[in-house]
Amino acid sequence: MNLMMLLEMAAAGFGDRPAIESGSDVLTYQELFDAAGRAASEVQASGAERMALLDVSSPAVPIALFASAWAGVPFVPLNYRLTSEELDSLVGEIAPSYLITDPERVEQLARVPGTNPVEREDFLAEAVGGGEAAPEWSMDPDEIAVLLYTSGTTGAPKAAVLRHKHLVSYILGSVEFGGSGAEEATLVSVPPYHVAGMAAILSSVYSGRRVVQLPGFSADGWLELARSARITNAFVVPTMLARIVDELEDAGSTDLPHLRAIAYGGGKMPQPVIERAMRLFPETEFTNAYGLTETSSTISVLGPEDHRAAASSGDPVVQRRLVSVGRALPSLEVEIRDPDGKPLGAGEVGEIHVRGEQVSGEYLGRGTRLESDGWFPTRDSGSMDEEGYLFVEGRIDDVIVRGGENLSPGEIEDVLLEHKSVVDCAVVGIPDVQWGEAVAAVVVLRTGMSVTVPELQEWVKARLRSSRVPGRIEFSAELPYNETGKLLRRVVREDLAGDSS
Amino acid sequence: MAGLKTGARLRSAVCTTEVMVISVPDKPAEIACGGAPMIDVAEAPPGDQSPSPDAAEGTKLGKRYVDDSGDLELLCTKAGDGSLATGGVLLKLKEAKKLPSSD
Repeated sequence: MNLMMLLEMAAAGFGDRPAIESGSDVLTYQELFDAAGRAASEVQASGAERMALLDVSSPAVPIALFASAWAGVPFVPLNYRLTSEELDSLVGEIAPSYLITDPERVEQLARVPGTNPVEREDFLAEAVGGGEAAPEWSMDPDEIAVLLYTSGTTGAPKAAVLRHKHLVSYILGSVEFGGSGAEEATLVSVPPYHVAGMAAILSSVYSGRRVVQLPGFSADGWLELARSARITNAFVVPTMLARIVDELEDAGSTDLPHLRAIAYGGGKMPQPVIERAMRLFPETEFTNAYGLTETSSTISVLGPEDHRAAASSGDPVVQRRLVSVGRALPSLEVEIRDPDGKPLGAGEVGEIHVRGEQVSGEYLGRGTRLESDGWFPTRDSGSMDEEGYLFVEGRIDDVIVRGGENLSPGEIEDVLLEHKSVVDCAVVGIPDVQWGEAVAAVVVLRTGMSVTVPELQEWVKARLRSSRVPGRIEFSAELPYNETGKLLRRVVREDLAGDSS
Repeated sequence: MAGLKTGARLRSAVCTTEVMVISVPDKPAEIACGGAPMIDVAEAPPGDQSPSPDAAEGTKLGKRYVDDSGDLELLCTKAGDGSLATGGVLLKLKEAKKLPSSD
């Protein structure tokens, strides 16, 4: 198995279709295939053992992804938001590398031993120009396809290892070959170093959908491109959808006649945001996708039918599914287990475990985190209802332990978000002499609204057990998120600790 | 064709068909295309041959083919003129499961 098999099939099946669109540049599937072959030849000639990319989205991303697979070296998309010290260290770690980047970075990166930095435009000119393709790619399923350095909220960054067998299994298990109509186009606004960015390219190639890239997200930029490029499908993280919804409600018009489907994931979606989005886009199909870097992206989906059923049902069990991440892909098994590894029943909260061919669970130089029977402990806590709908509560490491009782921040946040004055909030544990940890919240108020701390405490107390009532609530203009919409709880905790001294 | 594993790639000896093995039964399976046993994708086909008339309906790129039990499943990675079979019985086209696009 090799990712190139997916692109080879696409080029054979619909080679004349547009594959990648960025600004006025368009590559067909055959052109993408040919460019990957020439770029693979360049990489092999350079002697590099890894092909890296430190750049925003451009046609260089899919070309480099497939060229790496063709050349038999791992593709390493790096996070351009890291500091230059962090980047120098990572680039040193992946040497000898062929590194595609922007002109401003070339000079500094050239100083890192074993690094061959190439400007994006030079790389593209070479790849789409003339030249010989590299010899046939390897079909060894165990070769590394992609190394993704995780955001590293704590400690040194580590690279998740995704082998060809994991990514190919994910695509074969979730996408129908050539299943998209010739008019379908997907808007990719997640950065290339995010697993969703990789998955979007691979899924689109295998289904025959045109990929339209948006380097750098803004709500008006996204809306403008969705209109001008006749976008039919899009994937967004929750913060992006929240901003799109804000922008459209201000404008008072949606006017996106081609948009059929929006998939979202990469973080917890606040219920008010998805409800507003469904009202704004009554004809659009919504899909919630849950997955991790270590699982080659999506492992469960809440599909359009589930969204509609939850929105229109009078049954609280069905209504509640609007905040679930749906059911496991048919190619995977998911279980909830207690800390001793014992499977739990419906409704019981424990650690989410997953098993299947797309699951890697491996970090570079640190071995596998898979258990001997193939199950991967995700470190996410959650529960499953009677019909297999999965509810994710958050990272196990974020659970607040107050006087021996485990409290889920997500449960308390959901209740705070139901208050009409609250637009966003974060609940964290802070050190407490009496309880070990105490519940604290940072709340962002809706513009023009106000509420007092005792009123919010009373609000939570009326809906949850008293142990869950935040003893401390601070107001803030905004919460710290990373660029893909993950709440940085560590920063929230640090800010609260700093304030209280 | 003993020891066939998931992910293995085979080619037809009599047409351009290539397949990847998605799943295999526990017992060894004989897989044929166009009436002739399939060979490893790395082997050169004998050439000058064509599918036998009773196994010449063709294979379609990207489609999956299964036997009656559902234990054997092949993905067509290159289309050709022959039909896939196991134990002398033609494989059937498997209907694609419709999943919502998640990325």
